[in-house]
Amino acid sequence: MALVELRNVSKIYTLGGETIRALDDVSLDIGVGEFVSVIGPSGSGKSTLMHILGCLDSPTHGTIKLDDRMIHDASSRELAQIRNRKIGFVFQFFNLLPKMTVLQNVELPMVYAGIGGRERRERSMEVLKLVNLDNRAKHRPNQLSGGQQQRVAIARALVNNPKIVFADEPTGNLVSHTGEAILELFRSLSSQGRTIILVTHDPEIAAVTPRRIEIRDGKAALEVDRRLAGLDRLPGAAAVP
Amino acid sequence: MSLFNIIASGLKEIWAHKFRSLLTMLGIILGVSSLVAMSALVKGMENGTREALVAAGGLEKIRIETQYDLPVHQRHLSDQAQGITLEDVYALQKGAPLVKMITPAVEQMRFREPMTLTYKDKSSEPWLVSGTWPDALPINEHTLAHGRMFGPLDDENASSVCVIGTGVRDDLFGAPETLGYEVIPLGETLQINGLPFTIIGMLDHYESEQAKKERELRKLQPQVAVTSGPTRSRGWGSGKGGHYIFRMKNNTVFIPLNTMMVKFRGLNGTSSSGESAPLRLSNLNMKIPSLDLLEPAIQQVRNILLMTHKGLEDFSFRTQEDWAQEISVVIKNARLSGSVIAGICLLVGGIGIMNIMLASISERVREIGIRKAIGASTLDIFVQIVVESTVISVLGGIVGIGTSYGLVHLISFVNPTDNTPVVTLSSLAIAFLFSVGVGMLAGLYPAIRASRLHPIQALRYD
Ligand SMILES: Nc1ncnc2c1ncn2[C@@H]1O[C@H](COP(=O)(O)OP(=O)(O)O)[C@@H](O)[C@H]1O
Ligand SMILES: [Mg+2]
Repeated sequence: MALVELRNVSKIYTLGGETIRALDDVSLDIGVGEFVSVIGPSGSGKSTLMHILGCLDSPTHGTIKLDDRMIHDASSRELAQIRNRKIGFVFQFFNLLPKMTVLQNVELPMVYAGIGGRERRERSMEVLKLVNLDNRAKHRPNQLSGGQQQRVAIARALVNNPKIVFADEPTGNLVSHTGEAILELFRSLSSQGRTIILVTHDPEIAAVTPRRIEIRDGKAALEVDRRLAGLDRLPGAAAVP
Repeated sequence: MSLFNIIASGLKEIWAHKFRSLLTMLGIILGVSSLVAMSALVKGMENGTREALVAAGGLEKIRIETQYDLPVHQRHLSDQAQGITLEDVYALQKGAPLVKMITPAVEQMRFREPMTLTYKDKSSEPWLVSGTWPDALPINEHTLAHGRMFGPLDDENASSVCVIGTGVRDDLFGAPETLGYEVIPLGETLQINGLPFTIIGMLDHYESEQAKKERELRKLQPQVAVTSGPTRSRGWGSGKGGHYIFRMKNNTVFIPLNTMMVKFRGLNGTSSSGESAPLRLSNLNMKIPSLDLLEPAIQQVRNILLMTHKGLEDFSFRTQEDWAQEISVVIKNARLSGSVIAGICLLVGGIGIMNIMLASISERVREIGIRKAIGASTLDIFVQIVVESTVISVLGGIVGIGTSYGLVHLISFVNPTDNTPVVTLSSLAIAFLFSVGVGMLAGLYPAIRASRLHPIQALRYD
């Protein structure tokens, strides 16, 4: 059974009489525990797809089912709750709140979930330990390196134990070796059974994931599932076209 | 998200912009402090005048004075007007059951025709020398502290006896504050306009609650030796503090009515046009059993007096109610103008807060986007902004309440009056509620704007 079901989803922007089809009739399923990359050139509609999948935005046409629940017509309050409990986001620009400490940033989703202070602290420290930053809990984001900030963002995405994690160009703002560490973190999360959607324009990064969805001009053009193709067992997976 | 968390994060936000927040609060601080200070001043005024009103005889007192200017339609009969006489008193005693007590009086006021009291080398011009009946004491809310009041026999015999107020005693025998002990000059003989009178009684010392408090406070402190000797000015105008009513009351001398008429005939007010005509009285004072009966009592008295005066309206009524009404109008106006000032301050304060909240949310569009992305609902954001603006306003309100105490002290220091401002709990509560309300209202529009931000647009904003 699919965790996410997208059916004929379109997102159309109209700007000064001109219509832009950011997403054009996209249908796809994502199952529980999958590690999927969405790849495509800049402006192809990857972020738009992620926002719609992540309940941050609603489609112009089409239907979305998340965890057995139709969400394309949910109220903004319900969407907020779904984002809070079932979805974790990791952004290119980290998007931490600069005035708060690392711990407070990680706690914030639980604050909106109405979880008490003690449990918030315990669970936050747990996920910070997972990303190896439990010793930086009292620091502010600007006292951390980019890679560390992104790990804090990942900790924040995980803290409410979501069904699915979306990462939009999570390494796009990092130097390559830190980016690799972040990817490694995602891979280990995936191996623990976490459903992860990784958005990127970089084929090398996309090569990390077992399944790849390629987007061009708003259309899901090509899907490669290397588990089915048996490609993921080949050495030098990055060389796959 | 619990309210506690929202308030905590609101406080953090305010703390992050300390100076800006303080400036924003200024309007609320001014509004709240002027609101509280104004109502404290008005309350003090109210208390002071109410006390004075009671001291002057209370609301149940009616005074009838001779009206020298007759109404236009009776003006040609002026020469027949005989003024108020003892005949009126007897007629009223007989025919006006609504009047509980009545006393005639022939009064010599200091400002019209002062009488001079002397004792040895000291002299005094009391505010009032009144020739009257014994009931003058209860009617005018006087109480005897020492000795006795003169009785009907003293009146009949036109005895040379007097009952004095403490102000007169202070002038002639020395004040307790300067002497260090109290003189009770019963049995002493003083001269009133040169004629000897024996002091048979002394009245209580009258003062406002405030003056009493101050005096008792002074008594507790170690006495500082007075080196310059008695420096008090003479008479009833001495000293600061104390509603003039109290000073007037303390500077009063009572003598029997007959004594006044016999010994001081020829003074203004006691003389009459013809030798055979009855003596004119200065006024009649009467007391009614309750305030509800004021109107019917006046009607009754009026009917009788019109009869004894052959229809001539050469008398007028003075009730304390007129005074009370004037007071309440003054107080209402003071309260209104104070409220307008406070209201404008609060309005300006509210606009300031709204302005700063709008600036704050446009600085924090991205933050709002992030919060929404991780699960904040529209309502969460709305509440957050409203709470922040309310917290600013309430902090301003609390500071303003503190400031108002300073303001009240400053005002009573700069302009000490007997009407000590009283900060009431209800004015504090109202001021506090106002600051809460202003904060909420001011936050409403910014909160709506912030909460309506689309998460994606907010996230893309920089
Ligand atoms: N709010 C918007 N208004 C108009 N056009 C938009 C808006 N958001 C995205 N687009 C357009 O939709 C297309 C897809 O954008 P996006 O999903 O951000 O691409 P990607 O993430 O793949 O770079 C682009 O052409 C972009 O200009
Ligand atoms: Mg993008």
